[in-house]
Amino acid sequence: MALLQQILFLISLGVAGFFIRKRVLQIRSTIALGKKMTLTGPSQERIKNVLLVAFGQKKMFKKWIPAVLHFFIYAGFLIINLEVLEFIIDGLAGTHRIFAPYLGGFYHFLMNFFEFLAVAVLVACIAFLIRRNVMNIARFHSAEMKKWPRLDANLILTIEIILMGAIFTMNATDQILQTRTDHYTPTGTLFFSSFLIPVFEGLDTSTLVIIERFAWWFHILGILGFTVYVTYSKHLHIFLAFVNTYVAKLEAKGHINNMPVVTNEVKSMLGLETAAATPAEPGRFGGKDINDLSQANLIAAYSCTECGRCTSECPANLTGKKLSPRKIMMDTRDRLEEVGKSMAAGGPGLNDGKSLLGDYITKEEINACTSCNACVEACPVLINPLEIILEMRRYVAMEESGSPAQWNSMFQNIETSFAPWKFSPSDRFNWSKD
Amino acid sequence: MNAPTMADLAAKGEKPEVLFWVGCAGSFDDRAKRVTKAFVKILNAVGTRFAVLGNEETCTGDPARRAGNEFLFQMQAMNNIQVLNAYDVKKIVTACPHCFNTLKNEYPELGGNYEVIHHSTFLQQLINEGKIKLSGGGTFKGKKITYHDSCYLGRANNIYEAPREVLQALDADLVEMKKCRTTGLCCGAGGAQMFKEPEKGNQDINIARTEDALSTGASTIAVACPFCMTMMTDGVKNKEKESSVQVKDLAELIAESIK
Repeated sequence: MALLQQILFLISLGVAGFFIRKRVLQIRSTIALGKKMTLTGPSQERIKNVLLVAFGQKKMFKKWIPAVLHFFIYAGFLIINLEVLEFIIDGLAGTHRIFAPYLGGFYHFLMNFFEFLAVAVLVACIAFLIRRNVMNIARFHSAEMKKWPRLDANLILTIEIILMGAIFTMNATDQILQTRTDHYTPTGTLFFSSFLIPVFEGLDTSTLVIIERFAWWFHILGILGFTVYVTYSKHLHIFLAFVNTYVAKLEAKGHINNMPVVTNEVKSMLGLETAAATPAEPGRFGGKDINDLSQANLIAAYSCTECGRCTSECPANLTGKKLSPRKIMMDTRDRLEEVGKSMAAGGPGLNDGKSLLGDYITKEEINACTSCNACVEACPVLINPLEIILEMRRYVAMEESGSPAQWNSMFQNIETSFAPWKFSPSDRFNWSKD
Repeated sequence: MNAPTMADLAAKGEKPEVLFWVGCAGSFDDRAKRVTKAFVKILNAVGTRFAVLGNEETCTGDPARRAGNEFLFQMQAMNNIQVLNAYDVKKIVTACPHCFNTLKNEYPELGGNYEVIHHSTFLQQLINEGKIKLSGGGTFKGKKITYHDSCYLGRANNIYEAPREVLQALDADLVEMKKCRTTGLCCGAGGAQMFKEPEKGNQDINIARTEDALSTGASTIAVACPFCMTMMTDGVKNKEKESSVQVKDLAELIAESIK
């Protein structure tokens, strides 16, 4: 029986590992479709961002209520998962609470501390479910937050609540069994789960063993299953937030990335210098599809957890325009997934006749942006929706000449009178004569 | 108006301490021209040796770049850089946050390296150095002023305090809108929106922002950007408050109070 459990455990680990690996490779291959990113600036700055913004959650604390609740779940995730190490060793070796004899009193403290965190996670998840579904918080009810994104958010919270429930059930039954059989290593009283002891105390030992084992298996399979789920979910931010804060742009927010291809052409047009070996195929100007965006933009799309802080600060969105920076990131991710799935199935991938701009994001959305950087400032994990919007405007302006008519007039004014308005350039200095 | 051009000075073999980059709005827009003149008045009053490019100045290319026309932006940038470098310009001051951002953050990659400062920082420095002396018991004493953050100064370049310090020097009662500094709401003109009608929605952004400003009860809305000036002025007119609420640039407020 014990050996059978060990074999089953090994198989479970293997199955989970297989699916996780498959997903990680698929996500990596879709990110690889993007333009290679060049990370400029000092890497100390990047490491500082990872430590302060991702690890330290600095930007979350602009809104302190969700920040504290989120911190509970985050700390719980980081620390309770240390226990998973023991689960895995126990599962493979057929042992039970292998660390307990070695750690002694510290094990007792640790288990109590984990239980305290589990309670904090439970409280936070319930509060988040209430915030999301009962309280009328606008950013959770925007147009893009219907169907799957909404279900995804509620599923994550519910799964976490159930997983915490499993921990308490396991610990409560374990504590009763410790008094009845030698196999169950004494842990000392575990404060929170001991409240559940009266619920189970009347049951006979064999039933309790089944419940304890069920809770143990449920918890570990739940965690493995949840990890696979996370790779399909917005919850992927728990890993990619760290990556994203590292690759996020360091320049002043007002800076727009230069296009060296254009610099070469402009220089040769102005006869400034013979452009050094212009690339044979300059490719597309600007962004039409995911492969026109930088890999950093694509990592950002996978890092987005759809909290909507960007959209709730966006002046265009606040005044009823279609633009939602969160939707820009969600669309980018959806398109990545579509292409990834197609490639994995041997399909046409990028050449499926669709594109991010057009099939997912409309011109009406990108044209409404005021480039005010409110979304960039708001993002707790340094995602930059503005970069994607501007790449698309570049595509529309330079490849399609499809900018709004008034912008085309503005372009013409700059070309002919060197100002965005139609004034005679020789009148530029008239203000000094008035 | 005493505003020498770089060409005038070069003819005399002279160089200014600082180039005043006027910008297209500051050169052509009637309302923004008053800000240009106010700033020139201050420069002359404190004796800064400055010059302008006059007819040699052209659009920095900011709206073209933000609307997606990278070619046009770079054409403008390269031409401007050639002019600036030919005059061996080292330091630039401008009253337009959009010009400021482009000159400061985007010209270096194209070969234009200058010390660029916005007039809010420049005015703050003059005040701190004691070069600007404001008349005591000023017109603003006890009056409420609210400052509208320009996105291209604030979030884009982290300049939040300089304009506020300038206003505080006026002895006015500086009141903040709920959305200010990092969360300041855009006036609606950035990203080349100044040059087209907004997309369909339920409100214009400048009206939303004007409502924010009016709700502070301030009688002066201070701005530091010609586009914000247009948007907020239009907003105040739309709310029919132009008789009780004025929209003024920092330079105008200082120029009016200067000794």
